[in-house]
Amino acid sequence: MAGDLLKGKFPEAILNIEEFRRETSITVDPGKIREVMAFLKESEGLFYDLLLDLAGVDFEGCSPRFMIAYLLHSTKFNKKLRIKARVAEGVPMDTVSDIWKSADWMEREVYDMFGIKFNNHPDLKRILLTDDFVGHPLRKDFPVEGPDFGQPFNVCLEEER
Amino acid sequence: MGVEDRAADSLQDVINWARKNSVWPVTFGLACCALEMMVASSATYDIARFGAEVFRPSPRQADLMIVAGTVTKKMAPLLKRIYEQMPEPKWVIAYGACACTGGIFQTYNVVQGVDQIIPVDVYVPGCPPRPEGLLKGLISLQEKIAMEPAGLRNLVNLPWGKNG
Repeated sequence: MAGDLLKGKFPEAILNIEEFRRETSITVDPGKIREVMAFLKESEGLFYDLLLDLAGVDFEGCSPRFMIAYLLHSTKFNKKLRIKARVAEGVPMDTVSDIWKSADWMEREVYDMFGIKFNNHPDLKRILLTDDFVGHPLRKDFPVEGPDFGQPFNVCLEEER
Repeated sequence: MGVEDRAADSLQDVINWARKNSVWPVTFGLACCALEMMVASSATYDIARFGAEVFRPSPRQADLMIVAGTVTKKMAPLLKRIYEQMPEPKWVIAYGACACTGGIFQTYNVVQGVDQIIPVDVYVPGCPPRPEGLLKGLISLQEKIAMEPAGLRNLVNLPWGKNG
């Protein structure tokens, strides 16, 4: 139902609609993500007012390399919807943190783990790792042990500097 | 050996006896090992038998830091600060495989053994170790404290004087 509505409203932004075991996944053009998301939240018949999760995926070797998946929930109709958007490496994504507040920290996590930047994000900085961390660990080309494994780990407190 | 040395050793024995029977740990749990540490203070295991039941919420009042759990690199500066806030004399038990060596987490975000940050007195391996393991570690630490010679520890990092 959401797919048909979206297809009618944004015919060129909807790239693919999948249905699997009563779960709907809609692939959206990343450039139009804000219009689509605002429509999904405010449209009368849909009312997806809750962003459950926002995750990044790394398809190393494919083009475009990354995917961002949004899991939406409608508290009014008790429906769930998955929105996917493929992003190329180095290309910033538009933020949805002004549409759903919960996207704020999730986008920071995606930035932290994958290095995908978000346009107009209120406070885009690392959230899980330390500020001086180098690299984005959930990328497939990041070694699990980290680049400095096996070397001594030194802690220097502020007062010792 | 002169009379003064012998007197100093006897005094050190008394000091060590007092220290080893009132090792107060700081309340500091990092991961699942902390639950085993909590169980060790329950009636079944009763860490109070060894004078270490007083888990102090403030490091200023603690003698022992039981590093119970995985030390992430983000937690490492906080752990070191709590250790530095503890007054001398102070001891450390690395409790569990993660605190000893990093354990199963050979990853970018976990410190591979807490001894890279602070000096460790007793290592208790296991994933997690049973509370008996902690009691055994504590008894080993007590034996270690009992053997400390006079003049081993500097007085709170000051160039003069020793504290026992």
